[in-house]
Amino acid sequence: MNDWTSSSVVIRHEVGLHARPSVKLTKLAKTFASAIQIAGSPEGPWIDAKSIVKVMAMKAKQDSTLYMRAQGGDAPAAVTALKDLVERDFDEDAAHAASG
Amino acid sequence: MGDKDKVGIVIVSHSLDVAKGTADMVRQMVGEDVPLGYCGGNPDGGLGTDVAKILKAIDEAWSDKGVAILVDLGGAETNSEMAVEMLAPERQGKVVICNAPIVEGAVMAATEAWGGASLEDVRRTAEELSPQ
Repeated sequence: MNDWTSSSVVIRHEVGLHARPSVKLTKLAKTFASAIQIAGSPEGPWIDAKSIVKVMAMKAKQDSTLYMRAQGGDAPAAVTALKDLVERDFDEDAAHAASG
Repeated sequence: MGDKDKVGIVIVSHSLDVAKGTADMVRQMVGEDVPLGYCGGNPDGGLGTDVAKILKAIDEAWSDKGVAILVDLGGAETNSEMAVEMLAPERQGKVVICNAPIVEGAVMAATEAWGGASLEDVRRTAEELSPQ
């Protein structure tokens, strides 16, 4: 299948994609009907962004690039929303990030 | 508290502090939308678990979609099983005890429940954490 909507974003969050950011990303992914996958490399392995266990197990680190792709009716909106969340630093300010 | 169209989560620890701390993590990380109940300690306030307290926690977290229970050690599981057996017959089939670590399992299960998943999916998500 080639009809994935794809994007990538650098994770700036101080502790990377750890517990709270993982939950936020997964919750956001679940609000879309499309299949959504993320990976730490453009070659994959791709994991289901709606699976909290798999997202947390990725342990994506600060300054690493998160690749994302979606397939389905709301795929472009899903990719944009996920990218925005990461760019907004998961809506956490630095004061809270340290304990994330 | 919480939406009744989402599976409820119950946390049963020997320690009320552990149960409450775990519940706090669920609330802070996943939010207020998931029905949640917790209990810990024996009737005298010492370490242990108590069937009556577990029943109350199940009641607090009740959802028609079902309730997933996370437990810590031995007695928490057997007393939870006993509590489930004491539920009304129509409720018994809607409660599962997850074979998962209590803190991680509660957060994972609540995240899955938040998305409107079925009870079986919630349990499977929590149990994905356990050694295969």
